Amino acid sequence: MAEQKSSGGHLAAVRTPEDIAGQRRFEAIIADDSRIEPRDWMPEAYRKSLTRQMSQHAHSEIIGMQPEANWITRAPSLKRKAILMAKVQDEAGHGLYLYSATETLGTDRDTLNNQLLTGRAKYSSIFNYPARTWADMGAIGWLVDGAAIANQVPLCRASYGPYGRAMVRICKEESFHQRQGFEILLELSRGTEAQRKMAQDAINRFYAPALMMFGPSDQDSPNSQQSMAWNIKRFSNDDLRQRFVGMIVEQVKVLGLSLPDPDLRYDEESGQWLHMDLDWDEFKRVVSGGGPCNSQRLARRREAHEDGAWVREAAAAFARKQQNEKNQHDQKAEVA
Amino acid sequence: MSGTSTGQLPDHSLDSFGDAAASATRVTPGNALRPEDIALQQTAPADDAVARYALHLGDDALILAQRLSHWISRGPELEEDVALGNIALDQLGHARSFLSYAGKAWGQTEDDLAYFREEEDFTSLHLVEQPNGDFAETMVRGLFMALYQHQLYTRLVHSADETIAAISAKALKEVDYHLEHAELWTLRLGRGTEESAHRMRRALDKLWPYTAELFQDEPLHDELEGVAVRPSTLRAEWDEQLLDILDRSELAVPEVPAALCWGRRGEHSEHLGYILAEMQVLARKHPGATW
Repeated sequence: MAEQKSSGGHLAAVRTPEDIAGQRRFEAIIADDSRIEPRDWMPEAYRKSLTRQMSQHAHSEIIGMQPEANWITRAPSLKRKAILMAKVQDEAGHGLYLYSATETLGTDRDTLNNQLLTGRAKYSSIFNYPARTWADMGAIGWLVDGAAIANQVPLCRASYGPYGRAMVRICKEESFHQRQGFEILLELSRGTEAQRKMAQDAINRFYAPALMMFGPSDQDSPNSQQSMAWNIKRFSNDDLRQRFVGMIVEQVKVLGLSLPDPDLRYDEESGQWLHMDLDWDEFKRVVSGGGPCNSQRLARRREAHEDGAWVREAAAAFARKQQNEKNQHDQKAEVA
Repeated sequence: MSGTSTGQLPDHSLDSFGDAAASATRVTPGNALRPEDIALQQTAPADDAVARYALHLGDDALILAQRLSHWISRGPELEEDVALGNIALDQLGHARSFLSYAGKAWGQTEDDLAYFREEEDFTSLHLVEQPNGDFAETMVRGLFMALYQHQLYTRLVHSADETIAAISAKALKEVDYHLEHAELWTLRLGRGTEESAHRMRRALDKLWPYTAELFQDEPLHDELEGVAVRPSTLRAEWDEQLLDILDRSELAVPEVPAALCWGRRGEHSEHLGYILAEMQVLARKHPGATW
């Protein structure tokens, strides 16, 4: 992750007049809460930070397809199969817009993909947990997509234009995804004893990892402050987590199920939801590659990439042939 | 973000998700005929033969969808994850419509037919049961089927059975895209690199034997004059179009014998057992449950 490229620091000493004017303009845009567009001057650190955040987001969409794709062939009804297929396909689409939006910052998709495949780039650690039962399709939709929405809705106003616009589109589809997840759990909760158990078990397993999706507490989150100053991030990790807990605590009642949190209560005085301590050691372990499925998820992505190499080469070779034929045809036409 | 009050009826709770305008099952845009519409409509197949014919069409689409869906998250590029997912989803939609319709003759739902029939009760063609193999095999299988379904649905639009005609009209628009996708990849892979051409020839050799079954007439077709298309009548045009595409792709029809296959009679490839084991496992573990 830590690329030792020369940026900031000593280079700041040799700034050109364009840089100085650009910096001034950038600061004015941020102060005005307007949008930075791809051709605008931006500080290298802003570009780098956004590239990291947006590509991680894209990678999360792509890796996140796997736990759900795991259940497409076994979905218990044809309607559920169709919905799940559409959902996983949407995620590929989200990955595509996000890679395109990231490319506007000057890093191409092949490079980003390579960072993922070589393990240099991160993705949301929740996808390193296995989707063991059908109810996990419900819990992932409700809790994981729900947490993602809570995180992403404020990103629709992110200062970088292409990111904000991609988020608007993605959030619309995500709210659909959350709804279908909730519907799966609702159906299970009204079903047989075995189905209810399956639903509760999935909530038990995904609750804490979903809360950890918001990231460490604000005092332990090094990037948060700068990101807020740049109007990329609008709320702190803890604020977003609070908001999310407040939402699911009501929704779980409709399911007639419970959240696996003995400490969960609303504190009137602070106006805050108090929840159990989260296991940040586990979080760190999973982020650094030690989750139940990290190895499997990356291996699957690499395999798809390697198995597809000959297909991509053939498509490129065919495109070149087409171009050559067209050129020859055009030349003949000129001679004639 | 406001939570749901517990006093509300449970179904209203879904309003708190913001996008309550449409059902998540509306995976196809517009007002196209959906499997749910077929399930709700009163019209049942006129007789058992019509229902059995709808089952043929539905089973082919269902097994092909099941096979294709395995590519999602495994494609050679993200765009293909989306494209193959789209095709799988379309085929699943056609399957659901045909199965919902067929089931009306026997008081069964699409899920009863998909999840609780035994292997010998399925009527799928061996071609759709074939494993995905590499991308070339999936494309060759896709080309064979898209050409076939395109011609079939083009004719079935005029079926005397109105429901079969309506489902076919919707399916035709989608299969049009499937054919374009398969044709484009056949061109790219046939004329791309030495390796891709080699893989395409290997895929053609492997899958060609199963094409004969597509055009096999069955006694059932004799009972359905004006409703069904007699498969043998599709052969000449299929051959002609296929030859044209292969020719432009610098590929040829392989010289391998046709295989004897009787999928329509419930005699399947060795693959179908595994496909069904995976597809049906969860539903069968919880008989009577709803999802």
